[in-house]
Amino acid sequence: MNGIPMEHGLMVAAALFAIGLAGLMFRRNLMFVLMSLEIMLNAAGLAFIVGSTAWAEPDGQVMYLMVITLAAAEASVALALVLQIYRRFKSLDVDVVSQLRG
Amino acid sequence: MELAFYASALVALLASLGVVTGTNPVHALLYLIVSLISVALTFFALGAPFAGALQVIVYAGAIMVLFVFVVMMLNLGRDASAQERAWLKPRTWAGPSVMAAVLLLVLLAALVRGDVTQVIGGGGTIEAKEVGGLLFGPWLLVVELAAMLLLAALVTASHLGREAETDRAPGGES
Repeated sequence: MNGIPMEHGLMVAAALFAIGLAGLMFRRNLMFVLMSLEIMLNAAGLAFIVGSTAWAEPDGQVMYLMVITLAAAEASVALALVLQIYRRFKSLDVDVVSQLRG
Repeated sequence: MELAFYASALVALLASLGVVTGTNPVHALLYLIVSLISVALTFFALGAPFAGALQVIVYAGAIMVLFVFVVMMLNLGRDASAQERAWLKPRTWAGPSVMAAVLLLVLLAALVRGDVTQVIGGGGTIEAKEVGGLLFGPWLLVVELAAMLLLAALVTASHLGREAETDRAPGGES
């Protein structure tokens, strides 16, 4: 074998994205929802890196850096929200917090 | 290199499945760390060592430490595990899984029937020097925007994360 076809890298990214999407839809615990979101963001980053190395351009890695910046910002804000929700409702069920009034 | 790529991709997929089907939050978190590290290994195998190192340091290091601390603070124990097991009925996960599988099939069909002909490998690696040159050259504005995004996230997290002692005060929404 010489070299990895670009489709294979993109297929792995697509499969990771689909797994994350399924988890995002069927989990009810907020922690698991956040973990599925991390998997999906990671799949997007993998797709950027595959494109970057396939064309030998470093621009894709710059976009990957933006993706992990976004992931870090999202994780910190979302985890702070999870802590507040757990303090108020004593539960992490998304159905419990689905109404606007606390 | 090819073998490393395929093996770590397989590990990443299996570990991600372990995350979304797990019932114990701590075990799911450990699966997530394995998944992130194996994606970092695919980066190394593809010839992007800078991105792989960043994935290990930032994702598997910093972001996962946040997750681990929050799980420890929430004190999710055996009750949470039993609750998860009660929620994970086939009736719950069948519909979303079928939808995600159809989406995956469409994506894979588009990739297989598309005209992607690039082959990765043999072209050398992309070093940190080139990425840094781009970051502080044409992409400088994006770097500044990312810095502002991180600052906003820091302010939001420190505001939301503090203990709510003014909860009971009239109109004092924390």
